[in-house]
Amino acid sequence: MSAEPATVAGALAPGFARFLMVVAALVAAAIVFAVVGWRARPSIAARARKINRYILLSVLAVIVLFPIFITVVNSLLPSDKIAARPPTLFPTHPLWGAYSQAWTQGHVGSYLFNSCVVTFFIVGGQLVTSILAAYAFAFLEFPFKRVIFVVFLATLMVPFEVVFFTNLQTVVSLGRVPLVGRFMGLDTYGALVIPFLATGFGAFLVRQAFLAVPRDLRDAAELDGFGHFRFMWRIAVPLARPTIAALGLFSFFDAWNQYLWPLVVTDKTRTVQVGLRQLSRVSLDQINVTFAGTVLAAVPLLILLLVFQKQLVRGLTAGAVKG
Amino acid sequence: MRHKRHRFGRRAREAMLGYALVLPSLLVFGAFIFYPFVKNFWLALYRTPPFPNLPRAWVGFSQYREVLTSHLFTNSFRVTIEFVLLTVPAGIVLGLALAVLAHQRMRGIAIYRTIFSSTVVTSVAVASLISLTLLNPQIGLLNYWLGRHGSLSPLDDPKWALVAVAGVTIWQNLGLSFIIMSAGLQAVPDELLEASRVDGAGTWSRFRNVTLPMLSPTLFFATIVGSILAFHSFGQIDLLTEGGPQDRTNVLVYAIYRTVFRENDDGKAAVLAVALFAVTLVLTMLQLRFLERRVSYER
Repeated sequence: MSAEPATVAGALAPGFARFLMVVAALVAAAIVFAVVGWRARPSIAARARKINRYILLSVLAVIVLFPIFITVVNSLLPSDKIAARPPTLFPTHPLWGAYSQAWTQGHVGSYLFNSCVVTFFIVGGQLVTSILAAYAFAFLEFPFKRVIFVVFLATLMVPFEVVFFTNLQTVVSLGRVPLVGRFMGLDTYGALVIPFLATGFGAFLVRQAFLAVPRDLRDAAELDGFGHFRFMWRIAVPLARPTIAALGLFSFFDAWNQYLWPLVVTDKTRTVQVGLRQLSRVSLDQINVTFAGTVLAAVPLLILLLVFQKQLVRGLTAGAVKG
Repeated sequence: MRHKRHRFGRRAREAMLGYALVLPSLLVFGAFIFYPFVKNFWLALYRTPPFPNLPRAWVGFSQYREVLTSHLFTNSFRVTIEFVLLTVPAGIVLGLALAVLAHQRMRGIAIYRTIFSSTVVTSVAVASLISLTLLNPQIGLLNYWLGRHGSLSPLDDPKWALVAVAGVTIWQNLGLSFIIMSAGLQAVPDELLEASRVDGAGTWSRFRNVTLPMLSPTLFFATIVGSILAFHSFGQIDLLTEGGPQDRTNVLVYAIYRTVFRENDDGKAAVLAVALFAVTLVLTMLQLRFLERRVSYER
């Protein structure tokens, strides 16, 4: 499977050797702490075990974060310094020019704007359609309800990757229709948004939350003369808020990270994910702009992670853990 | 009598409201999921003409046989399976390992948790761009540390390209994997672990005999969803290798994309899409089973 191990080991660059030595030193320290922890009296042992844990966690944290860290560092360096060896790991004179260059000449500003518009409408649309459909499934009785629910679940079985090019043909032909083509043809927000305005998964998730609303509440609301819509907005939706928030964050991630569809239906109205593709094709003397653009593209989700960490965990694990 | 008529009218109105509420979703599903899905099967039965505007020729199922036995499909299928096997188990094991390490009451543990989840902010494109530059033969730091400075990037090496793409994917999904595994660990009741500690079980045996079985629904879910995601990988291939070198990273979705845009052959692409649907169908059925089980837990 591997290339000749001797040459690989022999060719190890000095930088990597130094990196290995640091890791080895940390591991050795961890082993020492472990041995001390095992031998010493309980209190010291516990403390040593704790330090040991911290070292292990820190090493892993450094490894996980390193690619992001080096990208940020490189975005602050002039291009010629990025290629220099040994590498600069801490920019002493950070340059912010690459960011403004990425924002304007690299069009990252308008890409981000497009992504925001598209994500906003997809998330809003998915929440509305999911809540409406979920309400029908949870609180209303009508013929063929089960069948329609199965149809909703069946959409989960058709991945978008299977239908993307037939949908592309639909968008192309819609683009030729007068008037409709203006907002549904290639390179329009409509083409980016409309196919994703509903999700079977979302309807399913919200229905589950609605089913947990006590029936007595529905009866009481009815006695108070609440119509269906008033009951939905005043009682059912607030009670299902954690689920709806989780769905919103899940949709946000999904919409923001889309790649294949924006790639095939847009040319100028690029979202930031596809915009990065253009940035990846710049020449090496412009590479710091690529780094800056990459960092800018990650900032919105980073903010989301830091602000909504708890809800985000719920959203990303929706369906994973029972209850 | 009057009362009865009122009830009937009410029921009809309720039904109408029900249909009105599901209609918006059904319209979207119909236009962008079911219609193109059915059209795929239809397209697959016709040979795409070499020039647009010529009529399509009916070839029936022979196009299926042709495409499914072609090198394009067998290679893509093998590459896709390899990719799934390279990314899913490793991703889950690493995510679980980090989750277990970070699952304890320690000062500052929240910082580590945030760091371990941090790669969820990297989309496929961001992660790909980061690694594209890290593995660049001229400026790539990782390439330099791997002793390949100035020589071939692993992404251009037929032997390593798929492994490199898989590595990028594992790193990108590590945050998600960590978050899912941590949530699973939090659902393991502390009393259970306490009880087995009292019974004298060691750390490893507690993990093996209590935590792991309690975690099995989470592991099951992660395996299925991870496999579905891996089967549908596209972005990292497009950005890192464009299917190359020598088709070593030409996964199914990328093969479909290429067939549509380079060969303009939607008939052939439709067969590939039907095949992609078939191989992921089993996984999605399992996922639905799982969701159903959740229903029975709650009701």
